Amino acid sequence: MPEPLLSLDGVHTHIGRYHILQGVDLAVPRGGFTVLLGRNGAGKTTTLRTIMGMWKASKGSIRFAGNDVTARPTPQIASAGIAYVPENMSIFAGLTVRENLVLAARSGEIDPKRLEWIFSLFPALQRFFGLAAGALSGGQKQMLSIARALIEPRELILVDEPTKGLAPAIVSNMIRAFREVKNAGATVLLVEQNFMAARMLGDTVAVMDDGRIVHQGLMAELAADHALQHRLLGLHLDKHQ
Amino acid sequence: MLGRILSGDFPRAWPLMVVLLIILLTLALAPFLFSGAQPLNVAAKICVFILLVASYDLLLGYTGIVSFAHTMFFGIGGYGAAIALARIGPDWGSVAIGTLAAMIVAGVLALVIGLFSLRVRAIFFAMITLAVATAFAVLASQLSGITGGEDGLSYRVPEILRPSFRLSEGTVLGTAINGRVITYYIVFFAALAGFLVLLRIVNSPFGRVLQAIRENDFRAEALGYPVVVYRSIASVASAVMAALAGVLLALWLRYTGPDTTLSFAIMIDVLLMVVIGGMGTMYGAVIGASLMILAENYLQALMKGLGEAASGVPFASALLSADRWLLWLGILFILSVYFFPAGIVGKLRALTGKR
Repeated sequence: MPEPLLSLDGVHTHIGRYHILQGVDLAVPRGGFTVLLGRNGAGKTTTLRTIMGMWKASKGSIRFAGNDVTARPTPQIASAGIAYVPENMSIFAGLTVRENLVLAARSGEIDPKRLEWIFSLFPALQRFFGLAAGALSGGQKQMLSIARALIEPRELILVDEPTKGLAPAIVSNMIRAFREVKNAGATVLLVEQNFMAARMLGDTVAVMDDGRIVHQGLMAELAADHALQHRLLGLHLDKHQ
Repeated sequence: MLGRILSGDFPRAWPLMVVLLIILLTLALAPFLFSGAQPLNVAAKICVFILLVASYDLLLGYTGIVSFAHTMFFGIGGYGAAIALARIGPDWGSVAIGTLAAMIVAGVLALVIGLFSLRVRAIFFAMITLAVATAFAVLASQLSGITGGEDGLSYRVPEILRPSFRLSEGTVLGTAINGRVITYYIVFFAALAGFLVLLRIVNSPFGRVLQAIRENDFRAEALGYPVVVYRSIASVASAVMAALAGVLLALWLRYTGPDTTLSFAIMIDVLLMVVIGGMGTMYGAVIGASLMILAENYLQALMKGLGEAASGVPFASALLSADRWLLWLGILFILSVYFFPAGIVGKLRALTGKR
């Protein structure tokens, strides 16, 4: 079995006196779309932030592309090839759409072909390319946030709840865009609460509860097993079908 | 051509452009427009403060760093030139050595403060800079053998910069080209060059990263930018420019003392100039410095005139007395912050729909 691109081995994270991650074991295979599911407060966002070095793991190890990145500072982890799309439309409001994208390009220049591809995914960004990012709508800000992670090929993209708070039409657009990203061969670890969206995108799935991974396997298996969904996620999927 | 000079950062609002042009032309032609020592003194001070305030805006407005040590770097510039001119001799070599040494000392000190304290939260950094600046002011006052202590240093400048020097016997537009005029133009062009360099910095990719850090340092780190390194570089650039402003003031005044460079009142003035002009807009430094220095120098005279005109009106004459000028300056500041929360530049740009 090939070595996963990213692996977390017994990772613990403390935030102040709170013990949030309590031994997370997670493997993200190269070239696949892994979805991290779980209820609110299960530790999904903390997992992504710990991978990025924003919260330091107090125990355990994180390996990325064969290297131990557990103790590395955030900029080094980002430079190693991990793009991070935080929740809540994390754009730089005072800068233009273009400037936001240029910032994310490590070379300082945008590849025109790549930009064209991004515009095909999110046409609104082309329309408002020279406009201050703060003036965009919520959905457009989220598109920009994702576009920033796509502006250069990255080995791994971490995405935290991209559909949160968005209108259904924009969610569909977002799912279409992620399918394109998936077809382009990117490796993605997606945190998502929307199971319908997760099911359409995920190759593999991990479910978190109380700071631990309680299930990891193929998404197709979870999607087909209603009893398992109910047990892990409290879902009655037949109601959504 | 103009776009390259301004690094593509145009005023973006015609009223702002008009005001900036008026200030630029007035400062460029000040020796020929006004007679007497005071107007030229005010114009030179405006030039120096434009550079000082713009360099502080690089920190506060563009990077989001609150520092109270900016006048310390200003003082390092002033004392650098003063000590070199007083101890080595009144020649250009001393000016060059003083300027270079001051800029290096300011840069190194800013780097050390930055690397040691820019990791802490903004309020603690502000407190650390306040402590360092206070310690430096005490040191400058105590080392009287070098700095002249509380009395400061008076010194001679190179011959060409002395008031007695005449470039030619004739006049240009009725003004004799003497050492003061030459010094003024050195101050004017050096301040202009420094300002354009700062404009280039904030409009470069480096400047964009600083703005990203100001908005959210976590996000900037997640994109791969080491925040402490960027903040430290900004801090060094800002300190070096402040030191240059200090050198220019030292050349103009031919005197350097704690009150002209290191006082906390100057730090507050600089802070007010940035806020009134508009944080995060280099042009705000031009407007803020011009307005505040004009108010500081002419408000008292204006109040005196108004007080005399209203001498028969009860309360009004007391309220408009020349002694009350600081009260009115305070009221003007409160009104400007209330009506122009984004500064005058921000307001003018908003009026014309530009960000």
